[in-house]
Amino acid sequence: MPTSLIQPEFLVEIDYDKCHKCGRCVQQCGWGVYSFNERPFPDDSKCRACHRCVTYCPAHCIKIKKNDLALRDNANWSPELRKNVWRQAESGGVMLTGMGNDKPYLKIFDHLVLDACQVTNPSIDPLREPMELRTYLGRKPDSVGVESNGKGGYKLKDGGGVSNNIKLDTPIIFSPMSYGSVSLNVHKSLAMAAERLGILMNTGEGGLHADLYPYGKNVIVQVASGRFGVSPEYLNRGAAIEIKVGQGAKPGIGGHLPGEKINKEVSTTRMIPQGSDAISPAPHHDIYSIEDLRQLIYSLKEASGYKPVGVKIAAVHNVGAIASGIVRAGADYVYLDGFSGGTGAAPAIIRDHVGIPLEIAIAVVDQRLRDEGIRNQASIIAAGSIRSSADAAKAIALGADVVAIGSASLMALGCHLCQGCHTGCCSWGLTTQKPELTRRVDPEWGAERLTNLVNAWSHELQEILGALGVNAVESLRGSRERLRAVGLDQQTCEILGVKPAGL
Amino acid sequence: MGICDESGELMSGVEAIKAMAVQRDRGNGLGGGFAGYGIYPEFPDHFCFHMMYHDAKAKEEAEAVFDRFFVVDLAEPMPTRPVKGISDAPLLWRYFLNPDPHKLENSEMSAEDYIVHTVMLINSEVDGAFVASSGKNMGAFKGVGFPEEIGHYYLLEEYAGHTWTGHNRFPTNTPGWWGGAHPFTLLDWSIVHNGEISSYGINSRYLEQFGYKCTLGTDTEVAAYLFDLLLRRHKLPLELACKALASPLWTEIDRMPEEEAEVYRSLRAVYGPAMLNGPFAIVLGFNGGMVAMNDRIKLRPLVAARQGTKLMVASEESAMREVLDAPDEVWAPKAGEPVIARVKGMPWPIHGDLHLAADEVSTAVTGVHTAHHEPVEVN
Ligand code: SF4
Ligand code: SF4
Repeated sequence: MPTSLIQPEFLVEIDYDKCHKCGRCVQQCGWGVYSFNERPFPDDSKCRACHRCVTYCPAHCIKIKKNDLALRDNANWSPELRKNVWRQAESGGVMLTGMGNDKPYLKIFDHLVLDACQVTNPSIDPLREPMELRTYLGRKPDSVGVESNGKGGYKLKDGGGVSNNIKLDTPIIFSPMSYGSVSLNVHKSLAMAAERLGILMNTGEGGLHADLYPYGKNVIVQVASGRFGVSPEYLNRGAAIEIKVGQGAKPGIGGHLPGEKINKEVSTTRMIPQGSDAISPAPHHDIYSIEDLRQLIYSLKEASGYKPVGVKIAAVHNVGAIASGIVRAGADYVYLDGFSGGTGAAPAIIRDHVGIPLEIAIAVVDQRLRDEGIRNQASIIAAGSIRSSADAAKAIALGADVVAIGSASLMALGCHLCQGCHTGCCSWGLTTQKPELTRRVDPEWGAERLTNLVNAWSHELQEILGALGVNAVESLRGSRERLRAVGLDQQTCEILGVKPAGL
Repeated sequence: MGICDESGELMSGVEAIKAMAVQRDRGNGLGGGFAGYGIYPEFPDHFCFHMMYHDAKAKEEAEAVFDRFFVVDLAEPMPTRPVKGISDAPLLWRYFLNPDPHKLENSEMSAEDYIVHTVMLINSEVDGAFVASSGKNMGAFKGVGFPEEIGHYYLLEEYAGHTWTGHNRFPTNTPGWWGGAHPFTLLDWSIVHNGEISSYGINSRYLEQFGYKCTLGTDTEVAAYLFDLLLRRHKLPLELACKALASPLWTEIDRMPEEEAEVYRSLRAVYGPAMLNGPFAIVLGFNGGMVAMNDRIKLRPLVAARQGTKLMVASEESAMREVLDAPDEVWAPKAGEPVIARVKGMPWPIHGDLHLAADEVSTAVTGVHTAHHEPVEVN
C-alpha cells in the first residue's frame, strides 16, 4: 500500500545544465526539500513554494511549478476538499495552517470605490500642498475644555484635552505578532521601523525581549489570557496596553506556540519553561462579563500610570454590541480583526470558515458607537488583511481611525505566503526560531524595508486624500459619502452605509 | 459678502444689495439671499421664524406645530413685491413666537435647544415646509433669482441692520430651489458660503451624534450646525471654534509654545470630524457681529476691508469698493484666519461664558485681527 494518496502539490524543476552544483538551494530551503549528492536532488513532496531557493539560486536554474495532476472535474468536491479527506484519513488530526484565509470569499474592499473631486471642489495637489496623516490614538473628551491663561490666550482645563493619546505620524501600525511565533530579528525590525515612522508595533502575546526595551514608546504591549511575559516592568515599558480577547484568523481559539519554538530566549521573555508548549486559552478566566473586562482595564491602567488600554477582538456577529461594551468598560481603543487576517498557526477549518469580514465589522462598530454617542470615547483600529493603501483608505472611510498590517509587513520582510508558518521551518527566517534561519533577517535591513513600505502606503494615502479634495486624514475618517459600492447587494450597502455607484 | 458696523449703527438692506449686484457674474440666477441682524427692533426678544411653504397644507401642518409648542404673538405673510425674473415663489410667512413656557419647562431643554429641535422636526418631517431662519432680531431672505432681484422682492430697503450678509449662488450639485439658496441658518447663526466642503460626509455624521439632522444635503447647512454645536453647546470661544473648523496645520501647532500647542492639538484631535475641509470662504453672521473665514490653504477668494467702524468681507474687492467709498484698508486674510467683527454694546460673549474680551485676545494666540491691520496689497 502507498503511504500517502496525496501527490506533491508543487514540482521542483532544476535545469542541471545551468546548475552550478553549489548547494545553495540545500542551505536555503527551510523544509529540507533538497539532498545533495554531487548535485541537488529535490523531494517535491516537501516543497511549500516559498521561493527561497529560487531567489537565492545563483544560476537561476530552479523553477517551482504547480503539480497540475488531472483530477476528474467535480463541482461539489474540489481537489482541495478531496486532498483534505485523504490527509485526515492518514493523520486523524486537525489540519493546521499558517497565514490568512485563502478562500475566495467576496472581498468587500474590492467592491468599494473612492470618490474624486472635480470642478467646484477641485482635487488638492499632494506634491505641493500639505497632506496630513497624523492621528491621535485613544479616548477623547466630548468637547475641549479651555479657560483663559491670563496672558491673552487659552489653556486646557484639567481633563479637557488629549494628553494621554498616542501620536501616530501615519494611521498605519504593525499588527500583533508575538516573539516566539516570529523571530527576535523580526521583532527588532518592527520596533526600529515603528520608531522611525512614528508609529507602533505590537508585542502580540509573547512579551517584550529586553533588547526592545528602548523602543517602548513605540510599542503596544499585549496581555493575553496566558499572561506570557506580563510584569509591571513590561506594562510600564509600552506606550499602550492591549488586552487580547480574540483574533480574526481564529475567533474563539486561543494561542498555541509549540514547544519546539520555545528556546531559551523565548522562554525567558515569555516567562515559561523552555521546550514546553505555550497555550493561552481563548477565554480569559478572569473575564466572564463586561464588568470583569472593566476591572481588568482599570487594573492595567492603575498598574501602568493610566496608559491607554485597548481591547482586541475578532470580527464576529454582534460585534457592534461587543465593541460598545468594551468602550463603556473604559477601553481607549477597540482593535477589530477581520476573518481574512493572518496568523502563525490555526486550524484551517476555523481560519477559513469562522468570523465575518472586516469591512462589515468596521461599519457596524462605527455606526453603533455613533448611535450611542460614544464614538469619540475610543479609537478603532482595523486589521485583518489590509493589502494595500487602498484597503487602508477604504477602512478609514468606513470609520477606522487606524489600520494595522501583519501579513503585509511580513511580506515586506520576504514572506511569500507559503502558509507554512506553523511548522517553524520558515525559509525566510520569519516565523521560526531556528538560529540558522532567523539570522537571515538583518534588523537594519528589515527596518528599512518596513519603513519603505509604510512610507509608500502613506504617500499613496496622501494621493488619495488629494484626489478627494481634502488635506487631512480626519476628513476621510468615517466619511462614507466618499465611497460607492459596485456589485454589492442592497442590504450589504445599507450595513456599510455606502450608496451604490451612480447615486 | 458680509458687512458689519461695529458701532451698532444700522444700515439699510440696500447696502447689501449693492454689494451683491456687482458680483452678479458669480451666479446664474438660480439662488440668492441675505441675512440681516438687528432688523426687528420691535420684537427683540422673540424668535422669528421665516417660513417657506409649498402649499397651504404644509402651512397648516407647520402652524399646528407652532400652535402646539409655542406662543405665537404675530403671524403674517412676508412683505414682498412682484419682481420681474422672480417666479414660482413658495408661500412666505413669518412668525414672532416664544416657546410655550410650560412645555419648555417639561422638555428640560434650553429655549435654544427647543428651537433647534423644532427646526429639525419641521425640516425633516413636515412635507413642503422649510424654516428659512429661526433667530431673534434677525432674518434670512432668500430664493431662486439673482440676489439683487431677491433683495428687491423682499423689500430689503425697508429693513435696517447692523450686520448684513449676502450670497449669490451658482448651483452645481443640487437644483436651485428656494430653501436651497444661502444663507443657511439655525437660531441666529447664518452662513453664506462660497465653495464646497469635501468633508461633508463626516461632518454630517459627526453632527448626527448630537441630534442634528442634515436634511438639506448641502455643505453649508453643516457649517451652520457645527458653529451652533461648538459655540453654543460646547461653549468654545469664537476664536477657538474657528480654529477647530479650519485647523492650523500640524507643523504650525508643533511650533507653538507647549501650553498653546496642547490646546490646538486637543482641538484637532477632538474636533477632527468637525473640521471643514475643501475649498471654502464663509461668513457667519450672529447677533453681535460676524466672522469670515477661509479654508486652511485658501482655495477660495476672500478679501476684507475696513472703513471706520465698518468691517466688510467679500469674494471680490469690487463689492467693497461699491459700498465703502474710502476704505482705510483692504487686505486678504490668511488661510484659516478668522476676521471677526464685534458690535459694540451687543452681548459678548455671544453664548457661553468663556470668551475673552476683544482686547484680551492676543493675535499671536489666535491669529485674529483685533486691532490695527497690516494692509496687504491685493492684486
Ligand atoms: S520549500 Fe521553498 S526553498 Fe524549499 S524547495 Fe520549495 S521553494 Fe525552494
Ligand atoms: S512567514 Fe514564512 S512560513 Fe509563513 S507564509 Fe511567510 S514565508 Fe511561509
